[in-house]
Amino acid sequence: MKLCHRLFQSSVGAKMLMAITGLMLTGFVLVHMSGNLILYAGPEKFNAYAHGIKSLGALLWLMRGGLLATFVLHVYLAIKLTIENKAARPVPYAYEATIQATAASRFMIHTGLMMLVFVIYHLAHYTFKIVSPEISALAPGDAYAMVVTGFSSPAVSGFYILAMAALSAHLRHGVSSLFQSLGLYHGNLNPITEKLGPIVASIVFFGFSSIPLAVLMGAIK
Amino acid sequence: MDITLHVWRQKNAKSQGKMEVIEGKNISEDSSFLEMLDTVNETLQESGVEPIAFDHDCREGICGMCSLVINGEPHGPEYGTTTCQLHMRSFKNGQHIFIEPWRAKAFPILRDLIVDRGAFDRIQQAGGFVSVNVGSPQDANCIPVPKQDADKAFDAAVCIGCGACVAACKNASPMLFVAAKVSQLSLLPQGKPEREKRVLAMVDQMKAEGFGNCTNQYECEAACPKEISVEHIARMNREYFRAAALEESPKEGHGGE
Ligand code: HEM
Ligand code: SF4
Ligand code: FES
Repeated sequence: MKLCHRLFQSSVGAKMLMAITGLMLTGFVLVHMSGNLILYAGPEKFNAYAHGIKSLGALLWLMRGGLLATFVLHVYLAIKLTIENKAARPVPYAYEATIQATAASRFMIHTGLMMLVFVIYHLAHYTFKIVSPEISALAPGDAYAMVVTGFSSPAVSGFYILAMAALSAHLRHGVSSLFQSLGLYHGNLNPITEKLGPIVASIVFFGFSSIPLAVLMGAIK
Repeated sequence: MDITLHVWRQKNAKSQGKMEVIEGKNISEDSSFLEMLDTVNETLQESGVEPIAFDHDCREGICGMCSLVINGEPHGPEYGTTTCQLHMRSFKNGQHIFIEPWRAKAFPILRDLIVDRGAFDRIQQAGGFVSVNVGSPQDANCIPVPKQDADKAFDAAVCIGCGACVAACKNASPMLFVAAKVSQLSLLPQGKPEREKRVLAMVDQMKAEGFGNCTNQYECEAACPKEISVEHIARMNREYFRAAALEESPKEGHGGE
């Protein structure tokens, strides 16, 4: 398969895979956020939603597998490309200047690695329930109580909000950038794609962060 | 005007270089950046110091030889301007000016501010050409080129191969240069027969030379003295996917569209 080799080994191909996996992860993030916002509809609705996901059975495992593969590929390529990029300039400039690149674009690997740490913590916290004894003590079906218990700790909530800031910065550059990687740069399209990154970034930040904030402020009990 | 230069000095390709401070006295505001260096070099020579080695040729912004990173910006602070077309009035009296060579693994330093840009030649040789059979010349107008395509190809063709895109890129990626060449040739009918082979070979060579990968930060576009648009990078990406897909079915791959 020459095509496979081209996708993984060439600079342009690898960027296309980054863009596709990035787009899929962004899709997941938006769906996940929408699901979380059901929390505001109360415990019954939210627990029913959580139960709905659990009862997907084989389909759920298929989706989890796909998501994991996408994530692993994204992280693998990110690290590979970043190592190559660092190696391409072994001696840095004595006078380092940036003409117009955004901060978000310059810290993609850092915000990305923060996401990696966060995802591992997040899974341990709410999926495997091995971080906090209070959560492991809860009744298995009560996702609502789990969220409220988890976020009543200011330290935990603070960490989640910080992680969402990192994700938001990642998406600010990433969502606009992926169009260029796929070759979709065009005078008529650019005004939209340029704004899409910052818009998605804001939606994701406020959508996710509102939940730990609401729990901390006692709006969700 | 008086200025303080911080210049990268390096004896040869093998030796260790370092930044050195050199004073520039009585520089005319109307002199170009390279003329300023000439003045400084004369003073250095008079006092028995080896003059600063830097690349230059046409001094009129068309050859792409001049290649200095000035205060962190390739070709200096003026937009759409080569180093040779930059004037000292863009700087202030008493200013400290840092002058460094293009920094990239694929552009090894030969001496002081001069780098070897042979990597660009090898990328160009990998596919940046059209093959023409010898014989009596054709009438130039017998190959119709749509005006729109001709304009776009010309926008790409103004690339002078200076390498500022690499120097500006945080990843030392030459995507803007390679894209300009791929774009220029693939847009024109003369470039169609080698359309697929060209983009695949040039992108491969770019990697083999040890350049980095694009992260769509567009520092290249901001530094390019010829204002080449990153739109050409998108076109090259499309060309690459198309060629890679056609490569799977070789019969369709030949002869272009
Ligand atoms: C929820 C998880 C994540 C999402 C939604 C996401 C999304 C994206 C998107 C949309 C892009 C743009 C692709 C392009 O420019 O073509 C991208 C690029 C990138 N991501 Fe992620 N990503 C995630 C996790 C990660 C992780 C864990 C890492 C780090 C190890 C990472 C590192 C990178 C890097 C280095 C880039 C390339 C940056 C560039 O080309 O400017 N990402 N990501
Ligand atoms: S694209 Fe611009 S910066 Fe890059 S080599 Fe061509 S003229 Fe120089
Ligand atoms: S010396 Fe020829 S472009 Fe500057």
